[in-house]
Amino acid sequence: MEKQLQLLDPMVIRKDFPILSTMVNNHPLVYLDNAATTQKPQAVLDALTDYYLHYNANVHRGVHHLSQQATIAFENVREKIRQFINAASSHEIIYTRGTTESINLVASTWGRKNIKAGDEILISEIEHHSNIVPWQMLCEEKQAILKVIPIHENGTLDMDAFYQMLTDKVKLLAITHVSNTLGTITPVKELIDAAHANNTIVLVDGAQALSHIKVDVQDLGCDFYAFSAHKIYGPMGIGGLYGKEHILEAMPPYQGGGEMIQSVSFEKTTYNELPFKFEAGTPNAGGAIGFGAALDYINKLGIDNIAAYEHRLGNYATRRLMENSNIRIVGTAPEKASVISFLIDRIHPFDAGTILDQMGIAVRTGNHCTQPLMDKYGVPGTIRASLAFYNTESEVDALINGISKVEQLFL
Amino acid sequence: MKIQDASNSIINEFDNFEDWMDKYNYLIELGKSLPMIEEKYKVESNLIPGCQSRVWLHAEFDGKLIHFTADSDAVITRGIANLLIRVYSDHTPQEILDASTEFIKEIGLTEHLSPTRSNGLMSMIKQIKMYALAYKTKLAIDQ
Repeated sequence: MEKQLQLLDPMVIRKDFPILSTMVNNHPLVYLDNAATTQKPQAVLDALTDYYLHYNANVHRGVHHLSQQATIAFENVREKIRQFINAASSHEIIYTRGTTESINLVASTWGRKNIKAGDEILISEIEHHSNIVPWQMLCEEKQAILKVIPIHENGTLDMDAFYQMLTDKVKLLAITHVSNTLGTITPVKELIDAAHANNTIVLVDGAQALSHIKVDVQDLGCDFYAFSAHKIYGPMGIGGLYGKEHILEAMPPYQGGGEMIQSVSFEKTTYNELPFKFEAGTPNAGGAIGFGAALDYINKLGIDNIAAYEHRLGNYATRRLMENSNIRIVGTAPEKASVISFLIDRIHPFDAGTILDQMGIAVRTGNHCTQPLMDKYGVPGTIRASLAFYNTESEVDALINGISKVEQLFL
Repeated sequence: MKIQDASNSIINEFDNFEDWMDKYNYLIELGKSLPMIEEKYKVESNLIPGCQSRVWLHAEFDGKLIHFTADSDAVITRGIANLLIRVYSDHTPQEILDASTEFIKEIGLTEHLSPTRSNGLMSMIKQIKMYALAYKTKLAIDQ
């Protein structure tokens, strides 16, 4: 049964985020840099404090009370993550430091084992450096070839080109779910189906997707899905990798150390079972517990309600920006998350960002870790406003007023 | 004008500004009035790394003094480059090496420019000092 969408009230929600009442340069903070990192609700801060105040201990290592309590909490969050992305089993969820480490893990283990000279790895033009460089490094090592799916001017993937490039040489497709720079939502399901029909493994970079749209890894059918907690209102330094069980089982371990082993002698070490095989060393247990609190918070609001609110706010911001004929929006895909990259005619993004900051408005300027994409559009960078469910129309208005001030100063 | 005097006169100019808007207005004016660098010097090898905007710095040594010209695709950065040229250009390598960079702090630029941006500013100063050191060494070898 379809659940009825609920209208979120940002004024109530904002009270859950203490940092949003900060003053910056004598102006109320207008935080529009959510694609870089999201702010944390009180519930996440409380979970972190509670962990360090009451049950900080090393997980999976002690028989004592605190260690058991921490281990249970740590493993409960794994189960929460499983539910959130609808993985088949919680041991398909590997804790990592975040999306970048998740992608590097796959490149170093699955990639090194399976990629051979002459094989091809397919990525797209809108990838973040984190989903480019690990594959470049792997290709260099293995003498494999990195190929790049081009995009159309509006920021959508050129699917005709994709189908042409998907030859039997392509062993891996590594593709973003949502572009961090343009907001484009890629047709991942179609890409995955086509890749699988071609016996190509698929990794999805979900860093920007998880907080904005419902993700169901079984429905998508992807082989790997990488994500970060801090992009979805959780702490930094913790994230995860989803992998299909049979693929993870066949992969060699990533790093060596404690926890990932079953038995160690100087002659031979046998490795632990999933997911621990990939989790060497003491994990960020506190971070994981904070991540769990963030997922609880998102579940309480409802990801579909969040998507609906952000979609409406994104449309409002786009409309307001387009009222100004000096502004050019870069990336106008029909399917978009609430990430808006734009340029003000004859004003360098750095100049605009500096002045907006003076007015307490936090936007990102620069190449957004997508240098090849900026080259494609022939721009030095953009100004990026990325919205979350705690942003309001009046904050969008503040951005519009800020831009007027910028124009006054520079033009 | 001595480096110290040039720094002091900039500090005095910035003292007159009451709010940030005036300060940035002035920086923008300075940016717009920075003499154009010759197009042939806007090359990769003159680009300063570590800045969000592109900054070119060109140095010429006449055997006694170093002359700097600069350009950037961002106006505020051009304004900052203009200040640095006023302070450091047309001086001997030794004078440039001895000069303090305190005036940047005094005019409140470090506090108003985020770390990534002030790194750009610091990169410009570092590059200026590198040129001074290089020409000082060249002088010592030539003699």
